[in-house]
Amino acid sequence: MSSKRKKKKLGEEHLQRVIDLCRSVEERGLDPFLVDVNDVIGIIREYFPEWESIDEFSLDAEAINRLASVIKLQSDWVRHRSTSLYTDPFLLEEKLRKLSRKSLATLFLKSWHPIIEMEQISPHSLSEAIKYWQSLLPLRERWTKTEFLKTELGATSREELIRQQIMAEKVFTEELETLWRELRQTVGKDEKIPYWGFVGADTYEETVWRAYMTSFLVTYGYATFEVHRLEEEIFIIPFSKPRSLLGKKHVVSIPVSVSVEEWRRWRESRRD
Amino acid sequence: MKRKALYLRKLKRATHLLFYRRHRKPGVKGWELRKRLGSDYPKVLGLLDAYLEKLDLQVKTVFEGEKPAEKPTLEQLDRARFYITLRGGLTPKETKMSGWRIDDIAGLAIAISYIISKRGKAPRDEVEELLRDKLPGWRVDLNMDRYIRAGYLAQDENRQLYLDWRTRAEVDEKALIDLLLTAEKTEGEKAA
Repeated sequence: MSSKRKKKKLGEEHLQRVIDLCRSVEERGLDPFLVDVNDVIGIIREYFPEWESIDEFSLDAEAINRLASVIKLQSDWVRHRSTSLYTDPFLLEEKLRKLSRKSLATLFLKSWHPIIEMEQISPHSLSEAIKYWQSLLPLRERWTKTEFLKTELGATSREELIRQQIMAEKVFTEELETLWRELRQTVGKDEKIPYWGFVGADTYEETVWRAYMTSFLVTYGYATFEVHRLEEEIFIIPFSKPRSLLGKKHVVSIPVSVSVEEWRRWRESRRD
Repeated sequence: MKRKALYLRKLKRATHLLFYRRHRKPGVKGWELRKRLGSDYPKVLGLLDAYLEKLDLQVKTVFEGEKPAEKPTLEQLDRARFYITLRGGLTPKETKMSGWRIDDIAGLAIAISYIISKRGKAPRDEVEELLRDKLPGWRVDLNMDRYIRAGYLAQDENRQLYLDWRTRAEVDEKALIDLLLTAEKTEGEKAA
């Protein structure tokens, strides 16, 4: 066996012994000062240049880790000794052995302040429990298996879907295009129409609905707004073909108030 | 007057929270009290403690880790656990009400003080050996398990014993050690 291999083997044995010693101090509560930290560090340092494989470095790391735990125990020991709770364990053990059971119990009672707690049920929790019990289904009902209804396959009609409110009577795009046609007809040759002139209706609900749909006409490129800021007027200009404005020009949102007051004002002005 | 009524209401709520056990372990965490009583809960607890003094009870604060040397911060209080405990001690006659025999209490005193002297950790075998000096062997094992179940002691996988939450809440460790060290043998014990 070469001298290098011999030294390695010896080093591994030394480190293993260090690990075992530190572990026993840690696990069996032995005096941490049994470990001479300087001595152990000397051993670790001596063999460190010999290590080459991962296993050898792992052993080295474990030895350092264990030593760190022992140093922590030593520091705890010093800290404990500096506190008022420090007592010589041998002196205390001697006292414990000499005192009678009665004296020990009497002394303990002077430093014992048991926790006070109540576990009784309160009227409130009792009434809550009764409510819960009453609403609780019997086990036979709770544990019944989910059964599936077997139904024949068949086709449904459009009327049936509308009746069940799964489908609207008119599809949204259909409604949008109807309104667009109406807008073009109303505008005629004038090219544009005042906002309230098109949106306004006999009832407020219908006005809101037309305003809502008009906003989609503009968003989807069926029409556009012409805003006269000074006169505070808005006109709707329908397009002959829908245009996609997205990405082609700067798109802005135009908030238009359609309150009941606005609607009433428009209705009165129409009467005049 | 309004302020007084507010604190009276908070006092009642604090009493319910602290007296009735709501979790597996008794006591209430600081953050729980803050949630239910408001951020001035330390003041409410102070008022409750002053009221309970007449009844020989107290609001006990058990901090996470070591007790802060100075006035605790709100964060430390939020993490602490609060209990209602007896303010004074029990008399030997009164201990019968707790359901513990004098042997059980003496055994607990030995186990706790021995662990304290060993810096908070001692092998179970050593504690049992000490107990066997004064208790029959069959009782020692039973008692140790009982102390662990009650939360006075905790044991790890290496059979090391530690002081658990109930000891920290109920036992004045310093007072116990001082009493033991200054204890003189009675005449009867000396004769024995």
